[in-house]
Amino acid sequence: MAATLMAISPDAADVAPAAPGAAPGAAPGAVDLRADFEASGLPEIFDQLDQEMVGLAPIKRRLREIAALLLVDRARQRFGLAVGAPTLHMSFTGNPGTGKTTLALKMAAILHRLGYVRRGHLVTVTRDDLVGQYIGHTAPKTKEVLKRAAGGVLFIDEAYYLYRPENERDYGQESIEILLQVMENQRDDLVVILAGYADRMDRFFQANPGFRSRVAHHIDFPDYGEEELLEIGERQLEAMNYRLSPQAKAVFAQYIALRRGQPHFANGRSIRNALDRARLRQASRLFQRDDGPLSVDDLTVIEAEDILASRVFAGTPDSQVGEAPS
Amino acid sequence: MRLTQGTFSFLPDLTDEQITAQVQYCIDQGWAVNIEFTDDPHPRNTYWDMWGLPMFDIRDAAGVMGELASCRKVYGDRYIRISGFDASHGWESVRLSFIVNRPANEPGFALERQESDGRRVRYTTRSYATQLPEGERYS
Repeated sequence: MAATLMAISPDAADVAPAAPGAAPGAAPGAVDLRADFEASGLPEIFDQLDQEMVGLAPIKRRLREIAALLLVDRARQRFGLAVGAPTLHMSFTGNPGTGKTTLALKMAAILHRLGYVRRGHLVTVTRDDLVGQYIGHTAPKTKEVLKRAAGGVLFIDEAYYLYRPENERDYGQESIEILLQVMENQRDDLVVILAGYADRMDRFFQANPGFRSRVAHHIDFPDYGEEELLEIGERQLEAMNYRLSPQAKAVFAQYIALRRGQPHFANGRSIRNALDRARLRQASRLFQRDDGPLSVDDLTVIEAEDILASRVFAGTPDSQVGEAPS
Repeated sequence: MRLTQGTFSFLPDLTDEQITAQVQYCIDQGWAVNIEFTDDPHPRNTYWDMWGLPMFDIRDAAGVMGELASCRKVYGDRYIRISGFDASHGWESVRLSFIVNRPANEPGFALERQESDGRRVRYTTRSYATQLPEGERYS
């Protein structure tokens, strides 16, 4: 069993010989986890995850562990072994722009493939969608959202806003109570993922011990390294049919190093904003040029000057207003 | 007398799993699912009271079943039906409607004859239940 389980991690896949019990066409009473894994359609999702998301190694490993647990649980069920209904509620903590929402989307797909949620859709909400404005408004609002999320994944962004200790008449508490009740009683109907900054989520969990105990998986998203950010930027450009010229790439690496040291740095999101501004400058540069028609190359290449014009190089934050952490 | 209105009404009452499957079918077709209730079983009583709003944006039947459970808690002694409304162009009407809850005792209908001018007779049906005021009919 151990060998087959190992085979779920991709690097071990080529090395680990199939365990005797796991050979195709195994005797009844044996179970082939590997075949299960293939049949569930999970390999594609994990491949996609590896290709689309840069870095985040600990998180990808954690996802594989969860998938392995769910697959083993399913195999155990087939033999009539006791299976505790797994608690799949999760909390994603990390700085802005580290890929929490993107991963939540993937999580919904993974849980759907494994059969732990029936539809695999993701409903993203914040405090506004859950908490009402007057007495008696909160419960229907929260229930409405839960109804919408049934059969899928409910993603509560910046969940710590739900609890506002400084205002004792805040309706957030009511919403929390309903959520807790549903998280406990309708575990097979929906999976709740809470997300937010690490320190504030910690305080939120301290104030609401009920949440902490009902959330099984606490996943921390690390900040990206500089090379990872550069790769993210290049992928984003690629998706939009742009590319960086060699000089621009060097300048952009420099930009990232500078930008990281400045306040309000939001990882992937800051990169995206920087590239959006570079595209803007590229467009106006092309527009002002008057030496004949443009080639496809002109339209797709972002030059060093497009990035060098950024205020980051002048020593002031690139954008004072647009990039408050969110 | 057992009320037969809408789809499946000649079958035994649907179980919750069967209702869930039907509701999921409606959702998968893209229809808005509604829960309606009434205590006036007359066949011409088309417009029943709605429980909450039509559910347009639900992906899974569990959400509807939760609403049905709370509707039954309040109006468990009345008729409750679930309908699927197809808003797509050319249909714009209810595609499926079936009763999911009925009173324990259904007294049925009386046929009334009214002698009219000449030898003419007018016929009408009236539910025995509606002799009582609304809200007290099945309790």
